[in-house]
Amino acid sequence: MMRLLFSLLSGLLFGLGLIVSGMSNPAKVLGFLDLAGAWDPSLALVMGGAIFVAMPAFWLARRRQLAILGDAMQLPSNRKPDRRLVLGSLVFGLGWGVAGFCPGPALVSLLAWQSKAWVFAAAMLAGMALFAWLERRQARDKQSSPIS
Amino acid sequence: MQIDWQHFTPWSSLAGGLLIGLAAAVLILFNGRIAGISGIVGGLLSPRKGDSGWRIAFLAGLLMAPLLYQLQHTLPDVFIEAGTPALVIAGLLVGLGVRYGAGCTSGHGVCGLSRLSMRSLLATICFMAAGFLTVYVLRHGLAWI
Repeated sequence: MMRLLFSLLSGLLFGLGLIVSGMSNPAKVLGFLDLAGAWDPSLALVMGGAIFVAMPAFWLARRRQLAILGDAMQLPSNRKPDRRLVLGSLVFGLGWGVAGFCPGPALVSLLAWQSKAWVFAAAMLAGMALFAWLERRQARDKQSSPIS
Repeated sequence: MQIDWQHFTPWSSLAGGLLIGLAAAVLILFNGRIAGISGIVGGLLSPRKGDSGWRIAFLAGLLMAPLLYQLQHTLPDVFIEAGTPALVIAGLLVGLGVRYGAGCTSGHGVCGLSRLSMRSLLATICFMAAGFLTVYVLRHGLAWI
């Protein structure tokens, strides 16, 4: 119960942060990405502010085996960059630049009843579901073929 | 480069950033989880037993944020320039890209950089560069034609 409560609180703070920072507005995000036009540096301050608070928290987290509520600390262990990471991030950046939406702001805009956010979020979920399906298929192919 | 002073909101953006950082701090310290939106949503699409509750709770909080904000303030104006076809294409690219890239602006950009992860730094450079380039081509590059 406490786990769900803190998770809910985190999501709520995250969403409020996106709204307060102005990042739930794609026009503002595109204003940051448009270096050659009139440049709005706001997004850099959002990231800077967030990292300023999160960095000491992750520093502490790395020194603990368990989280405060008793679960294992699940910090990513993969350290090696690979092609998937680079290509995936490039594709994400391409889509980000087209509409000015990344996943958080799109979800936060849903209950603000932005109909265009619903269109974007539906397509985004379809993209994620396609990934999940492709991964499952690949895992099955690997299992059934003894080679590789 | 010229700064758009009219739209630049240093204080509210910094304040919002601090809230986002606090959200990430709460989730890692109390639940031991990374506040990466794409990972949290993606985990629900390939569910594992006992691993969905916290994801749903986090997303419920995220979705409820505008409703809570509205109790005190009016929501800031939102302008979405893209039309439906562009939104569909962008959504598909973002959905696929963040899952292959194992994170988005929150997971890599905020949490990853906060933990000084080289993978996240590389991912952030890639999606920022692709974002800058895309907006440049769409807003300025095509004007030459």
